[in-house]
This record gives sequence, C-alpha cells and structure tokens, in this order.
Amino acid sequence: MAIADVKEYTHLSEEEVEQIGRELDAIRQEIEESRGAADAAYINRLIKIQRGLATAGRVTMLAGTWGGRFAPKVEKPALVAGATFLGLAKILENMEIGHNVMHGQWDWMNDPEIHSSNWEWDTAQPAEQWKHSHNYIHHQFTNVLGHDNDIGYGILRMAREQKWHPYYLGQPVYNAMLATLFQWGVALHDLDLERIRKGEKDPKEMKRQLKQIFRKGRNQVLKDYVVYPALSGPRWKQVAVANATANLSRNLWSYVIIFCGHFPDGAMHFTEEELEDETRSEWYLRQILGAANFKGGPLLHIMSGNLGFQIEHHLFPDLPSNRYAEISVKVRALCDKYDIPYTTGPLHQQYGQALRTIIKLSVPNSWTSSNDPAPPERSDTANEPSRDRRRKSDAERQPRRAELGAWTRSPRERSHD
Amino acid sequence: MAGTIPWERVRKAGHTLTTPLDPDDYLRFLNPLWTARELRGRVEKVIPETEDAATLVIRPGWGWRYRHRPGQYVGIGIQVDGKFQWRSYSVSSEPRRRGRTIAITVRAMPEGKLSSHLVNGLEPGTILRLALPEGDFTLPDPPPPRMLFLVAGSGVTPVMSMLRTLDRRGSLSGDEAPDVVMHYSSPTPDRMIFREELEALAEKHDRLTLHQLHTDTDGMLELEHPEKGLDGICPDWRERETWACGPGPMLDAISEHFEKEGLEDQLHLERFQLKLGDQGGEGGTITFRNSGKSIEVDGATTVLEAGEEAGVGMPYGCRMGICHTCTLTLVEGTVRDLRSGDEFGQPNEPVQTCVTAAVGDCTLDI
Repeated sequence: MAIADVKEYTHLSEEEVEQIGRELDAIRQEIEESRGAADAAYINRLIKIQRGLATAGRVTMLAGTWGGRFAPKVEKPALVAGATFLGLAKILENMEIGHNVMHGQWDWMNDPEIHSSNWEWDTAQPAEQWKHSHNYIHHQFTNVLGHDNDIGYGILRMAREQKWHPYYLGQPVYNAMLATLFQWGVALHDLDLERIRKGEKDPKEMKRQLKQIFRKGRNQVLKDYVVYPALSGPRWKQVAVANATANLSRNLWSYVIIFCGHFPDGAMHFTEEELEDETRSEWYLRQILGAANFKGGPLLHIMSGNLGFQIEHHLFPDLPSNRYAEISVKVRALCDKYDIPYTTGPLHQQYGQALRTIIKLSVPNSWTSSNDPAPPERSDTANEPSRDRRRKSDAERQPRRAELGAWTRSPRERSHD
Repeated sequence: MAGTIPWERVRKAGHTLTTPLDPDDYLRFLNPLWTARELRGRVEKVIPETEDAATLVIRPGWGWRYRHRPGQYVGIGIQVDGKFQWRSYSVSSEPRRRGRTIAITVRAMPEGKLSSHLVNGLEPGTILRLALPEGDFTLPDPPPPRMLFLVAGSGVTPVMSMLRTLDRRGSLSGDEAPDVVMHYSSPTPDRMIFREELEALAEKHDRLTLHQLHTDTDGMLELEHPEKGLDGICPDWRERETWACGPGPMLDAISEHFEKEGLEDQLHLERFQLKLGDQGGEGGTITFRNSGKSIEVDGATTVLEAGEEAGVGMPYGCRMGICHTCTLTLVEGTVRDLRSGDEFGQPNEPVQTCVTAAVGDCTLDI
C-alpha cells in the first residue's frame, strides 16, 4: 500500500504536522550549534584508523607472500589477516567515511581534505554520480514510486505497486548476484539502465558517465588485481584472491546494511501525489515513514556508517553521523508523542523482512499476502489501477530541496547543468 | 626538495597504489608536512614582538614555493573548535630561494578570535594550513628611485619584508640607492612592531628616513595638514611611488587624498583582495533573502564583496576560495566561479561567495 498523503495517513492535523516540523528543526539547530572539536576529532581519528587498516592489510599480505618463501607456515595466516584488515578498511571507508563525507556531514569543518566537493571513495562508483543518484534523487524522493530509483534499483521488484512481470520470477537469483557484485551494481546505478533501455537517456550524458565509470573502475581493478598482486611476484594469485575476498565482504556487508534501510516491513512507499505541495514538515514525515532503523552496539553502528539510524539520517542527511545516536532518542520520543510509526528491530530481523519481500514479490501479488502494517481506515491509492510510474528524468523532477543539506556537487557535474 | 619533477613522477606512480587517494593522504600520518594535498606548515618559533604582537616562524611542508615577492601575503588556516578559520597575513621575512621557513607577524586584535589565538595560543609544533603567496602590494625590481611608505600598526609587516629585501640586496646604500621615506604610526613606542630593527636600518642607511608618530600622544596623521601632514613629512610626496598599509579608514583617507590630487596611479594599497581571473559573470541584482537587502553588481564583483557593500554580515575566511568559510546557500539564480568559469545554478546549492560572481539575478540565503 502506498501513501498519497502523509498527513491523512498519520491522522495528524495540519497544525500538528507543522509542530513536528518545528521540533525537528530545533533538533537540527541544537546539533549544528554544538558541532565542535570533539566531532572533528572523531572523523579525523576514524580516517586515521581506516588508512592504518588499509596500509596494514596491504603490507601484511606482501610480507606474508614474500616471507612465505622462507617460512611457508606464515603465508596463509598473513593473507587471511591482510584480507580482513583490507575488508574492514573498505567497509569503514565506504560506509562511515565516504558516504557521510559526500553528504556534506563534515563540510562545516572547512577542511578541503574532508569535504563533499572533492571526496572520492574507494569503490567503482564515481563520487559525482553517487551524489546525484543518492544525495538528490534518493534522499529527496525517498520511497516515492517512479521517482526514487532506489526502490529495487531497477533490478528488483520491491513494492507491491510495481507491476509484476515474469522477469521477476528470477528475483532471488538477481538478488544474490546484486549482493555479490554490489560495488558494480552501485557503479551503474546513476546511469539508469531502465531509461537507457527505453531510449530516453541523453546519449551525450550517457557517454560521459560511462567514461567516468570506466576510468574509476579501471583504477580500482588495476590496484586490487594487477598492481598489488604484481608486487607479490610469484604469489600474485594468492594476493589477488585475498583482495577479491576483501572486496566481496565489503560488497555483502554494504548490501545487507543498505537493504535494511527501506525494505523492512514498516518502511512505506508513497505515490506521486504526496510530492505535490509537500511542505518541509510533510517531507520530514515522509522520511520517518519511509525509513527503517536497526538496533545494535556502537561498533555495529560505526561499521554500518550509522545507517542503523536510517530515519535520523533521512531527516538530517548532512548532520555528522556520530551524533545520530543522540538524535535518535529525541526523534523516537517525538514519534511516540504523535503516534507516528518508528520502524526498528534487530539487524537479522530487518534483513529477514527485506529478503522475504524480495521472494514474495517475485510472484504476482495475488499469490502472497502483504506484510505492510495494517492500513488505516481510509480509501487508498494502492487499489486504484496502476498509473504512470515510469522513471523520471531530472527535468521531470522537482529541484533540490533545502532539507537535503549542504553537500557540494563535483565540478564536472555542475558544468552539465 | 619538494616540487621537483622526479618527485611528481614518484607521486603519480604511487597513486596507482592508493587510488582514489594520493600517497600524500597516507604519508601525512608519518609526518604532517609530507603532503601537498593542502599546503601545511609547522610553527617552529613564536617570537614576541610587542605586548600584543608576535612573529610566527613557519616551516612549510611539501608543495611550498619560497618565491614570494616582498610585500605579498599568505593565507593561514587553523582549526579552532573543529573548524578551520582563515586569515591573510603579510609575510614579514624576505624571500630566499633556498629558504626553509617563512615568517608572518600578527597583532592580536581585540575582536579577533583568530589573531589572539595566533599570538597567545600557538605552541611551537602546531600544524597549520597555508595558502601560497598572493597580492600585488609588492616591491618592483629594480625599485623606483623615490619611495614613500605610509604604514600604521601591524600594516608594517609587508613593508618590513620590502625593506629587509632592499637591505640584503645592498640596494639601500650607494649612489644608486633609492630614496625611501617611511611614516609609521602607532599608539605608543612600545606597541611599535619592529621599532628597533627599523631604527637600526635608518641609522645604517642615509637614504632611508624614518618618521615615527605616536598617536596616543600626538594624534593621528592628518594628511592635509600643512606641517603635520604629507607636505610637512615629505614635501616631495607627489613625486614618489607610495605604498600604504594599515587599518581600513586610514587607507580610505589616503586613497581619497591621492585621488583629489590626481595621483592615484602612484599609490599602492594593501587590502588583501585577491585578483581573480577574467572569467567574469554578467552581473545582476543579488538579493540576500534573510536580511532583506539587495544590491546591483557587475560581473567582476564577487558575491562576498557585494554582500559586504550591501551591509550584510557575510562570513569569510581566506578570501581566495580555499577554506569554504564563506559558503552560503544559493536559493535561486546562477553564479560563476571566477577562477574556473564553472557555474553553480542548482537551487539550494552551496556556493563559495569569495570567488563567485553573479550571472544574472540571484538570491542567497543569508
């Protein structure tokens, strides 16, 4: 069931919705005013740890392969340890550092080395395309059918409103492939394969994006599968396998975390009507209803880029991630006060629900029951005939909202306005 | 040393190992100066000059070039409460090709959080950010035959760099030496930065004349006064190339005075304004939404300058596009980066006001 009007869905009056908006604005202001040396120390320390882990991973592997010629017993443990360090480094870089820096969460420090305008992350997707497909399209149009390309990434059917097609029978297989090759799936995301297939994509823009992806992907592949293995000489194969393992574990981990953000049962979808004249407060409400948190300790939250606080991240995409935990206490209290659903649960439960949806939606709707929370008593749009839900181009979308925060686009993207 | 060609090649080769980062991003953890990503420097010494002024001797890291022209300024950025704050300061040391350090002299301003921190709070060993020397307030080589320096307070620093250069080159003595008059205003003798060094220089060189004015007892320099003004201090000032550096109101008065006499071509002022490329915008009306002010500007005026002129409390830092302190949200319209010609036109996009100019009408969120 998709929501056409958040106010109606939550049974809140216009005044109440505005009040919620004001309270959320106050939370934002409080964090903005208290950002300081401790936060700066946090991100700097994390970057130091991450680069230390990356270096340790590479060096351990090299030492293991060369040292293994004299002491054969050390090679295997060294490769396992090296791959673990490197995998952790890649996860930290992509989740807690790269993703958050590119949202502009650390722009307030005025440090050009930790800034959304020029951060490039350790994955095949060029930062410029990520900032477009994620910061703008996904965060502004969160869970709006036809607008948010993250609903199934153009590969999976993740909402009952999306029309069924026999292609989706293979969904469990596509899902496994996507998880394994997540880095490359993300790399192609902003290209928008669906619009390319329909011939709606500007060929010049497509060529430019492909070139960018090729260049970035090539450098990533060269590093992990040519240069470092070559440095290991005759044991190049072992190092290539270890690097592949590190990349694979990063892929699987980020896939799981990202699928827990909007696909567990409580995260709702919206129809295009919701976007019409949506106020700042309604936008906030949509973010709460459309996102799902998961619970865990501090280490789990750091390793997942604090995306276990997906709701808070969607409300305030550009506030520093280390503050989401304290923000979540206030947001939770606010939701309780106004009876707004706040979706959360343990990680395995949240991912389990996402996986169940993937499997259920591979077959036509009539074969399965919906796991959506009980809809309120009102007529809703989900039962109406499917309307135009084809993907939109930027020209058909509303321009960037102020609520998304202050990330800076890359120079090359700007020159293509 | 940094910046030589083979080193650049090594870095490029190293990039294949560290892509998408640079080797510098790792090496800086070994030694904070081993990076050219952002220029850095380490404070080697803090030398007190007067009660409220100090000279910082800074050892720059990789990527620095010691070829500043005497009189130029550098940008200094330090992290205060997690946030980089930038200001520009004239280099007081003379340029040396084989130098290892540069010196800047800073006076703690009563309102200036950053300058007080630089004077009183900096420990040797502190790492700070640097921006390469900029500015047209420089000494030509060879120097003109007759020169006049009008300085007040910490405005002495760029002139000190010029005088030290002239002294070292031996250009202040001999028949060919230029004739230099320097007028230096300061509230009291104790507050006069470089007083002893200047007095020694004036002693050593016949052709350098130093006038000291202690404004607490003798009042400010009255430019038009027949005895205490320019005509009294330096009767031939109209025939001299003049460099003036000091507080804003003093510079305004001097430039007005020179304009009245039609001599503005002979006057050099230090206002720490960066000369930007010729990638001008088209100009238009800039509206500052929250303050309700607006101003019509040409395509060469930066948004920051426009805001200041309109009386908006604009945030700023380095004023050269490095630090992002001046960044504001562009609500509507388009601005162009005067350095690269890049345009920013998306609604609600952050823009660096110190290096961008309006392309048509635009609205900013301040």
